[in-house]
Amino acid sequence: MTLDALLGGFTETPLQSAQAFRAALEALSRPGQIETVTGATPPAPLSVAAGVLVLTLCDPTTPVHLAGAHDCAALRDWITFHTGAPLVGATAAQFAIGTWAALAPVNRFAIGQPDYPDRSATLIVEMEHLAAHGARLSGPGIKTTAQLSLPETAAFAANRALFPLGFDTFLTSGACLAGLPRSTRVETL
Amino acid sequence: MTDTLEAGAYNFAYLDEQTKRMIRRAILKGIAVPGYQVPFASREMPMPYGWGTGGVQVTAACLTPDDTLKVIDQGADDTTNAVSIRKFFQRTAAVAVTEATAEASIIQTRHRIPEAPLSEGQILVYQVPIPEPLRFLEPRETETRKMHELEEYGLMHVKLYEDIARHGHIATAYAYPVKVEGRYVMDPSPIPRFDNPKLAACPAIQLFGAGREQRIYALPPYTAVVSLDFDDHPFEASKAPHDCDLCGASDSYLDEVITDDAGGRMFVCSDTDYCRSRCEAGHMGRLGVPQQEAAE
Repeated sequence: MTLDALLGGFTETPLQSAQAFRAALEALSRPGQIETVTGATPPAPLSVAAGVLVLTLCDPTTPVHLAGAHDCAALRDWITFHTGAPLVGATAAQFAIGTWAALAPVNRFAIGQPDYPDRSATLIVEMEHLAAHGARLSGPGIKTTAQLSLPETAAFAANRALFPLGFDTFLTSGACLAGLPRSTRVETL
Repeated sequence: MTDTLEAGAYNFAYLDEQTKRMIRRAILKGIAVPGYQVPFASREMPMPYGWGTGGVQVTAACLTPDDTLKVIDQGADDTTNAVSIRKFFQRTAAVAVTEATAEASIIQTRHRIPEAPLSEGQILVYQVPIPEPLRFLEPRETETRKMHELEEYGLMHVKLYEDIARHGHIATAYAYPVKVEGRYVMDPSPIPRFDNPKLAACPAIQLFGAGREQRIYALPPYTAVVSLDFDDHPFEASKAPHDCDLCGASDSYLDEVITDDAGGRMFVCSDTDYCRSRCEAGHMGRLGVPQQEAAE
């Protein structure tokens, strides 16, 4: 472990994690709304927003899967030091972090059980950019319709068809994050 | 415990960070599956079960220092439960508090939805005693869990039907069951059924915390929430057929107050903030006092 792994965490954990959670709650409650967060400076390739989510939601009880280029020594050390989360394979993960291409196929992630749909994975998808245009979203949290730049729509539509089972998704890019819960209906425009 | 709390004596908003993370994960899963009750490891709080320990934990997990908190108990800002919870968060989180619904960013409520419409950016936190709507029909958790899994809600309709058979109408006046997004039947906590229509298409986030029963559930904004009913006995929001005696409001939920031992009584808004703001705006009911006189 290098010294870098010790840096980049929250400096005021109770306050910063509270603000970060509110941003995550707003994002997941209102799919299509893009929130900005601060507080974490994780090592590359993890974005600030994904780093903030990890620090806010992960701890020793939440197995984390790092996919593709995110599965590097610097990031493993950083997550282990700051959260104590065990790093695991895709099927056992409660949180999975990576680009959309690295996370594919997404049907390997936990979708919960019919009697416990909450026991499902949350994907943190790293994006090049994030914008409020693209696929059309509707469902809980959205007054009429919203738009969000999704990496693809077919996988999310298939995930929605599993409701109340399915994984939930945060999309992150730089300091921005958006939420896409399993309840959202997704269409290509 | 002394009245002046030393800075740093407690973590921000009382709970430790590990607990808050666990509650926050449960809230997010609740948002993702509207109406489904997410189990969580409820903590002991420095107040008895039944006093809103679930709501307090949800509020503690959501609070930021910039929030303005409002706490109501049966609509009132000035009852014991509301006062003690508000004071608890003033001490442990140093947040601003208010009685005005529109000024609050987080509203913790026991058994009412404020009369004033909520807006985006607000969070309504309900205190829930029994989160399971089927519990009084089926005492076994294993069975009710299976019933939710299979969407087997016939028993609930039988219960409402028995109401009609016995009383001629659906007599369930509070904790009136609702169906969320066409999937889960949910207990809206013991709010009067007068408040049920406000659950649907609400711009605010609604979170429900049951401390003793260790469940959290949620309604994202603009969620479809339908009160269960029958085609020939449609759901009807009901209230006492009176106007408020203080502010004259005809559209608010009323409490009946016994005023003497000779049958005297008055009806007043259960939402104290709504009633006060109407009185201040010059509205007056049967027993109302003009504002200048009240100030003297």
